[in-house]
Amino acid sequence: MPILGRACLILALVACAYGIGAALYGARAGRREWADSGRRAVYAVALLLTVAFAVLELAFLRSDFSFATVATHSSTTTPGFYKGAAVWSSQEGSLLLWAWLLALWSSLVLFLTRHRMRDVAPYAAAVLLGFGAFFIGLLVFAASPFHVLAQAPAEGNGLNPLLRHPSMMIHPPMLYSGYTLFTVPFAFAVGALLARRVDAEWIRSTRRFALAAWFLLGIGILLGARWSYSELGWGGYWAWDPVENASLMPWLTGTAFLHSVMIQEKRGMLKVWNVSLVLATGVLAILGTFLVRSGILDSIHAFGASTLGKPFVAFIALLALGSVVLVVSRRELLRSEARLDSFLSREAMFLGNNLVLVGLCFVVFWGTFFPLISEALTGEKASVGPPWFDRYTVPLALMLVLLSGIGPVIAWRRATPANARRNFLVPVACALVCTAVLLPFGVATKPLSLAMFALAAFVLGTVGQELVRGVRARRAMASESAPVAAVQLVRRNRRRWGGYTIHVGMAVLFVGVAASSTFQHVRDAALVPGQTQRVDGYDVHYVRSFARVADDPDKTGAIMTLGAVLDVSKDGRHVGTLQPARNYYPGSPEDGPVGQFVSGDATSEIGLRAGLRKDFWVAMQPDNVWLQRAIAKANRRDPAKAPLWLAGIAIGYIKQPPPASFRIIASPLVTWIWLGGFIVIGGGLIALWPAPDPARRRVTATLRARVAQELGRA
Amino acid sequence: MEDALAALLIFVVLAVAVALVTQPLRRDRVERLATREQLRREELEAAKEAKYREIRDAEMDYRTGKLSEGDFRALDRQLRGEAVEILRELDRLP
Repeated sequence: MPILGRACLILALVACAYGIGAALYGARAGRREWADSGRRAVYAVALLLTVAFAVLELAFLRSDFSFATVATHSSTTTPGFYKGAAVWSSQEGSLLLWAWLLALWSSLVLFLTRHRMRDVAPYAAAVLLGFGAFFIGLLVFAASPFHVLAQAPAEGNGLNPLLRHPSMMIHPPMLYSGYTLFTVPFAFAVGALLARRVDAEWIRSTRRFALAAWFLLGIGILLGARWSYSELGWGGYWAWDPVENASLMPWLTGTAFLHSVMIQEKRGMLKVWNVSLVLATGVLAILGTFLVRSGILDSIHAFGASTLGKPFVAFIALLALGSVVLVVSRRELLRSEARLDSFLSREAMFLGNNLVLVGLCFVVFWGTFFPLISEALTGEKASVGPPWFDRYTVPLALMLVLLSGIGPVIAWRRATPANARRNFLVPVACALVCTAVLLPFGVATKPLSLAMFALAAFVLGTVGQELVRGVRARRAMASESAPVAAVQLVRRNRRRWGGYTIHVGMAVLFVGVAASSTFQHVRDAALVPGQTQRVDGYDVHYVRSFARVADDPDKTGAIMTLGAVLDVSKDGRHVGTLQPARNYYPGSPEDGPVGQFVSGDATSEIGLRAGLRKDFWVAMQPDNVWLQRAIAKANRRDPAKAPLWLAGIAIGYIKQPPPASFRIIASPLVTWIWLGGFIVIGGGLIALWPAPDPARRRVTATLRARVAQELGRA
Repeated sequence: MEDALAALLIFVVLAVAVALVTQPLRRDRVERLATREQLRREELEAAKEAKYREIRDAEMDYRTGKLSEGDFRALDRQLRGEAVEILRELDRLP
């Protein structure tokens, strides 16, 4: 069926070209039927790409190695669960996923806004189809997922074992949903500028989609961090890797946009800033995809060098240049309708928060592209590491948390010193109490972490105070019980309370980051059974080794596992048992009759004991020299009994294990990072939950009044 | 056999896509995209909703102690005046 997939891609490209022409003609000539036809071209592209994606997905599930991409990224031994996800581990499949998600989200957005923004929507449809045309063009001309091999191999290369992790099933679709959804506000901003309609309506129509993009991209980033922590075997969750940074940049500018957009909606201010932010976010979303797909920067996540760099650079340059020209040419229309009344106001705090977020984005951008910048200037590729990022991002993160605490309790337009005093008393007291409680525990030696803990307490204080006062105000107005009043408070302003919940989640997350990165204890040790290593007051005792052959409880496709059973205790009290291991995957038949079973990639299976107070994390690496010697010896024996010799190696490892290398990490409050992430997701859901349509609410109110009137007459 | 099935599927997908895209062009009547008055009405409706939200937020700010009574009264008067202007303009539209 590759011909069906190829035909769908070509037809989708034709539909994009037609749709751009129809939508633009409809917009320029004011012909609604052509604008509608252009919008429907987006639906047609979604349909065609759904068929194309289904063809490729089926090929992966059926292990159809006549497809080149299936042969290089899957195998019959790849577990079924991961075969479905192997589609987006390839360059071509990943681009197809991007284009497909773009078409699906664009269709949804254009369908939901089909009765609104009739002057702007056709331009937005044309822009979205332009994005589609670029990615489908790459799939048709440069990286076809439907390339067929002259002779299908009997077995494929298999999915990279590092990607055989549950979060990898949803991490890429989440990230790509975020990236593609960020093109929606981009497209509507371009449409609004082209149609010269720069009031708050385009923001109102697309804000929810920007929020959904922010939400999904955030989940994608969080899943990536979790994968890094539990799969990559280095013990961290964030390494300032270019691909991680690529997803963070649009998320930061998107966060800034979601805050500053409120100022435009309320006061008609910051129009240039908002439109620039949303355009920058769209460009950064494409830049993020470019960083992953081009292999231009070294990354553990990227998919190697490719030929897609030049078209991506040209496309990004076109987007950036076009955005600048559009904003400059419409600067007269983008004049603010009001001025900032006072620096002691919520508008000023939002502005400060925006500057910090954009500053963070700039730091991440500079650090990420420093290797390219240094190469262009000096001819040598130099890179910056985590300490460089930490130097700039930590103070900015502290300011961000501070502002996220001040924002909710300060009034719009102008706050008086008396009100400020009244509103900040409780939150400041929370911060001071937190500082006083932590001082005896030696936290003062790390002032930046102490500041983060105090500021997080300040944020919790402000949101808690808002909740208490809001509930009290509602009870005074509506005589409700406290729980009902709390629910009604949130229901009546989901956007505000979703935002506050997100602030709480981010504060909790930052506490986890500050504690785990500052007060972490790391030990690297080579141990044999019977030996003990002390880490952060805990005794880690190597009890015994273990090995498994063709026994893969996690269903990752590992052929052999070598591991260790560790007993963790404190002051003689048993705390937990950990079983770190190393999984070995099949390689090439050239590595010998026994070697072929285990000469592929190997992955660390982490031993983890997670708790609210502390995580105990252990990775182990069996002696590779011992293993290679054992394999070489087994390779020289009777090939017909190769599985037996492999089992013999495993038994040998259990009986007389060589010293294994261990990395043992005790990190406080790592769980708070995931907990904070869940709170953020909860807040995002509250904010995203659709509120009743005001027009429908008005009609309902009118009908209720009529019912009351007619009942009264009867 | 597989090729014939693929050809049939391509034809079906193409037919559905063409029908989907050309449906608006097969309408009997020609519709204008939007008049200037319609656009202005949408703009004013958006401004009205934003102003109402601002009035409600100011009231909540007052009730939760972020605004003093004097400041709230002045702000509320100003915002309601601005809302009245928007409603007047909405009423003037044909």
